[in-house]
Amino acid sequence: MNDTETSLVSVRGLRFGYGSRLIYDGVDVDIRRGRITAIMGPSGTGKTTLLRLIGGQWRPNAGTVRFDGEDVHKQSRAGLYRMRRRMGMLFQHGALLTDLTVFENVAYPLREHTRLADALIRDIVLMKLEAVGLRGAAELYPEELSGGMARRVALARAIALDPDMVMYDEPFTGQDPISMGVLMRLIRSLNQSLGITSIVVSHDVGEVLSIADYAYIVHGGKVLDHGTPDAIRGSSSELVRQFLEGRHDGPIAFHYKTARTFEEDLMGETA
Amino acid sequence: MTGVWLVLSSFLAGLGRAQFFLASIVAAIPAALGRPRLVVQQLYSVGVLSLIIIVLSGSFVGMVLALQLYRTLIRFGAEESLGSLIALVIVRELGPVVTALLFAGRAGSALAAEIGLMRATDQLSAMEMMAVDPVRRVIAPRFLAGVIAMPLLAGIFSVMAIGVAGGHAIGVELLGVDAGSYWSQIRAGVEIDDIRQSFVKAVVFGATVSWIAVYQGYHAVPTSEGVSRATTSTVVVSSLSILALDFVLTAFMFR
Amino acid sequence: MQSRALEILVGFFVCLGVAAVFVLTFRVASLDTFGGETYSVTAKFGNIGGLKAGSAVTMAGVRVGRVRAIEFDPQSYEARVTIDIAKRYDRIPADSSAKILTAGLLGEQYIGLEPGGLDEYLTEGSELELTQGAVVLENLIGQFLAQDGGDDKLAEAIGKLAESLEQRKAQPQGDAR
Repeated sequence: MNDTETSLVSVRGLRFGYGSRLIYDGVDVDIRRGRITAIMGPSGTGKTTLLRLIGGQWRPNAGTVRFDGEDVHKQSRAGLYRMRRRMGMLFQHGALLTDLTVFENVAYPLREHTRLADALIRDIVLMKLEAVGLRGAAELYPEELSGGMARRVALARAIALDPDMVMYDEPFTGQDPISMGVLMRLIRSLNQSLGITSIVVSHDVGEVLSIADYAYIVHGGKVLDHGTPDAIRGSSSELVRQFLEGRHDGPIAFHYKTARTFEEDLMGETA
Repeated sequence: MTGVWLVLSSFLAGLGRAQFFLASIVAAIPAALGRPRLVVQQLYSVGVLSLIIIVLSGSFVGMVLALQLYRTLIRFGAEESLGSLIALVIVRELGPVVTALLFAGRAGSALAAEIGLMRATDQLSAMEMMAVDPVRRVIAPRFLAGVIAMPLLAGIFSVMAIGVAGGHAIGVELLGVDAGSYWSQIRAGVEIDDIRQSFVKAVVFGATVSWIAVYQGYHAVPTSEGVSRATTSTVVVSSLSILALDFVLTAFMFR
Repeated sequence: MQSRALEILVGFFVCLGVAAVFVLTFRVASLDTFGGETYSVTAKFGNIGGLKAGSAVTMAGVRVGRVRAIEFDPQSYEARVTIDIAKRYDRIPADSSAKILTAGLLGEQYIGLEPGGLDEYLTEGSELELTQGAVVLENLIGQFLAQDGGDDKLAEAIGKLAESLEQRKAQPQGDAR
C-alpha cells in the first residue's frame, strides 16, 4: 500500500450517501504528490462529492480521508482550516465573490490569512493574474467576465496562497476549444513548475487523459479501474470502453429502464 | 403514516437546525464587531435603503389613524385626546409591528435572496474551502446590522406617524385639533416605560427577522427555485413570527 | 454539522418551549388569575343583574376572589353563584353577607362581601346565607310610580336613592385591573 510519503491524499473504504442513494460504496483512492490525478466517470456518479469529502465539507458515512497523513474529519475547526489553507479549489463556475473586483477576489485569501503589507499583496495578486493571463482584467467585476475568464480568475485565487494541492471541479465542461486549451496548459504548467498536486474531476475524457499522470474511473459507487492513461486506454472492462469511446449504448444502456416494451406503450390506449 | 412523520421530522429538524445556526451566529458576533466596516456596509443596505418606505408608511399610518380616531373621539367630545391616543397606539403597537413587517418584506427578503444566491453559486462553499468561515464574514455582520437597524427604523416610523407629516398634519392642520394640546397630551400620555418597551419590541423583531432571513438564505436549495422559495418563506415566516411575538411581548409587558 | 436526530430533538424542545410560552401568555393576559389555591363557596341571589363569570369579589374594597360560575337553581328560582376565594383569606365569618354592587355609576357589577360576627369561618362548599341581589333600575322606578299619594313619598324615595348612590360611590371599588 502507498504510504504518506508518496500520497498526499489517501481515501480508504469511503462510504457516502444520503437518503436512499449510496454515492460511494467502499472506495479507495490515492492522490500522489506532485502528480495530476484524474477522477473520471459518467455523469451523476458523484465526482464532485469526492472533492467535497476530501476538503472536509461533507462527512462520510464510513471510511477515512487522510490529507498529508492526518484524518480530515477528525480535525478541530482550526485544524481543518489549517488544512484547507494548503488546498485550493476551483469550482465549476468559478464561484467568485460577485461584489468584489477580480483583483479583490484574488487578494481575498491573502487578506484573510496573512498580514502582508498592501504593496506586497498587490504584487502577489498581479503575479497570479499574470500566470493565468488576466492581469489586464484586474479591475473588472465577475459579471463582466466570460465563463472561461471567470474560471481562470478563480484559478488565480485558488493558487494565491501557494497551496500544496489544487482540486479542479469539471474545469473543461462547457468550454470552447481555445479556453480548454488554455486551462489544460495552465493545469500542466502549475503542476510542473510549482509541483502542485492536482486532482482533476472531469468527464471530458480526451482532455483529461492527455494531461493526467494517473486516472480513476468511478461508477456505481465503486472504482471501476485505475492506472496510467495508457493502462486505462487499454482497459478490458466493457463499461470503461464504452465511457472512453463515447459509445451510445453498452453497459450503460441508452434506453431508460421500463418494464413495458415500445409496442405495449404505443398500443396501450387501445389494448 | 410515514408521510406524516417525514413532514413532521423535517419541520422539527429545520427548527433545530435554526437554533444551532443562531448559536453560531451569536458566537460570531464578537468577530463581526471587530470588523466594523462590514457591519456599517450592511447597515447601509439594510437600514438606509429602507428609509424611504419607512418614512412614507409612517406618515400614511399616522394620517389614517388621526382620521379614524378623530371620528370616534369627537362623539364623546374627547377630540383633544387625539394626540396621546395616536402616540400610544403608535409607540406601543403600530410603530414596532408595522416597521417590522415592512422590514421583513424589504430588507428580510433581500437578505435571504442575496445569501441564497451566494449559496447557489457556490460562493459560500468557496469561502469554506478558502478556510474562511462564512458565518463570520457574511452572516453575522448582516444579522447584527438588522438588529441595530430595526429599532432605529421603528423610531423613525413612530416620529413620522405622530409628528409633522402624520397625525399632527391631519389632526392639527386638517381637523382643527389644537397643536398645543396635541403635543402636551402626548407628553402627558406617553411614559418612558412605553418607549422602553417599544424599543425592546423593535429589537426582538429585528433579531427575529434577521435570523429567519439569513437562515433561509444560508440553507436554501441551490437552485433558482430554491432561492425564490427561501425569499418567500422569509417574508411569510417573519410576518407570522412578528405578530405572534407581539402578542406574547404585549401580554408580558403591558399589564 | 449536527446529526439529523439531534436537530429533530432540539426542534422538538423548541416547540415545547414555544407552547409553554403561549400557555403562560394566555394565563397572564387573562384577568389576573390568582397565583395560588382557592376554595369555593356559593350564594343565591334573587337577581344577579349584570354579574358575569369572572366578575370580582371584594371585601372592604380589596379583591379576594372571583365569580367562577352562575347557574339557575330550579328549586328556589334563584340564581346560584359559585365564588372562588383565595385560600389565604380563610377567616371570613360564616355569616357574612354578599351584595351585588356596581363599580361607579355605570360600571361593571361585582360582589361585595361584608363580614358577619361568627367565629366559624367559610370553608370549601359553604353557602353565604345573607345575600342582596342587584338593584334593577326599572323595578325601582316602577315602585315610585306604583305608590299612591304624595310627593312626600316621592321625595322620600328620591332621597333614599340618592343616599344609596352616595354609599356606593364612597365604597372604594378595589383593584379590579
